[in-house]
Amino acid sequence: MIIALALILMCQLAGEILARAMGLPIPGPVLGMAIMFALLMTRSRFEWLKRPAGDGALEQMGSGILASLSLLFVPAGVGIIQRLDILADHWVALGIALIASTVLAMVVTVFTFRLIAGKGDTP
Amino acid sequence: MSDVDFSLWVYLSQTPLLWLSVTLLAFGMTDAFSRKLYRHPLVNPVLLAILVIAGLLRITGTPYRTYFEGAQFIHFLLGPATVALAFPLYEHRGTVRRALLPMMVALIAGSITAIISAVWIASLLGVPRSMLLSLAPKSVTAGVAMGITEQLGGDPALTAVLVILTGIMGAIIATPLLNALGVKDWRARGLAVGLAAHGIGTARAFQVHPIAGTFAGIAMGLNALLTAILVPLAASFIP
Repeated sequence: MIIALALILMCQLAGEILARAMGLPIPGPVLGMAIMFALLMTRSRFEWLKRPAGDGALEQMGSGILASLSLLFVPAGVGIIQRLDILADHWVALGIALIASTVLAMVVTVFTFRLIAGKGDTP
Repeated sequence: MSDVDFSLWVYLSQTPLLWLSVTLLAFGMTDAFSRKLYRHPLVNPVLLAILVIAGLLRITGTPYRTYFEGAQFIHFLLGPATVALAFPLYEHRGTVRRALLPMMVALIAGSITAIISAVWIASLLGVPRSMLLSLAPKSVTAGVAMGITEQLGGDPALTAVLVILTGIMGAIIATPLLNALGVKDWRARGLAVGLAAHGIGTARAFQVHPIAGTFAGIAMGLNALLTAILVPLAASFIP
């Protein structure tokens, strides 16, 4: 379990270092996700990875964190609620723009995907 | 309050323990409530927990800084959780590989729509240019969005507010909207909510279906990259 947590944190650390050193516009944790994915794809090839990354502890830790993904946004959200004054006189306009843009983005994404992949349920 | 109560409060309010416990407890309750209502989209556990805690902070006169000393331990896990998105991605890698082309095209189209439509609608409604810059990256995860805004000379704090509001709203409207559109494909549903509503949308997608969650995670990650490239381009068109 400790090794699993350490591996996850090390992927994030490597991602942060990579993002900063190369000035990439991608967040460090997202690069860390790519690194972890590469690790999972290649783990059977490296003898030293077989035990720490292959005994299921890594998956268990990962699904444990992801199961409470919603919770992790609460601290930032509490801060945001206290700063709503920053929207000033434009809160109605900004609210309309946010709602309309979110709806449009979802509709365009879904229909573009459907146009190319074809209609239907998940295979 | 008696002197004993007061000294206990002074002690508790200075340790991270109190607000860490309050955050877990508040979310535990709102999450149970949401589960009880079969994850009804309007009963968003994140929003409810935020409102409960913000109310408690106001009643007790606790500054956010004090609250965050406890809540930072939860906030910190956002990074490791993003790394952990690699696990569902790995598990469903076959499904993802088969959908690679439509996924990429849909993400590019959706990303452009999210940026242009927000800026365009807000400018029609008379929002000043300085605020439009802070609005453009509203669909991507807060860290990246704030970085983009800062680079363009906008207000990162305003961006953070708009990002979180977008996430909560996207997580609430995704299910009714996609149902109304008759979208049954979990891949498309996940992509849409992850693209438009970043991590909060992804969290919602995982509540609904693992495939939707996986695709939402991919959409969130790739949209961060796309938006970082597209917003500076779009900004040059803002009059």
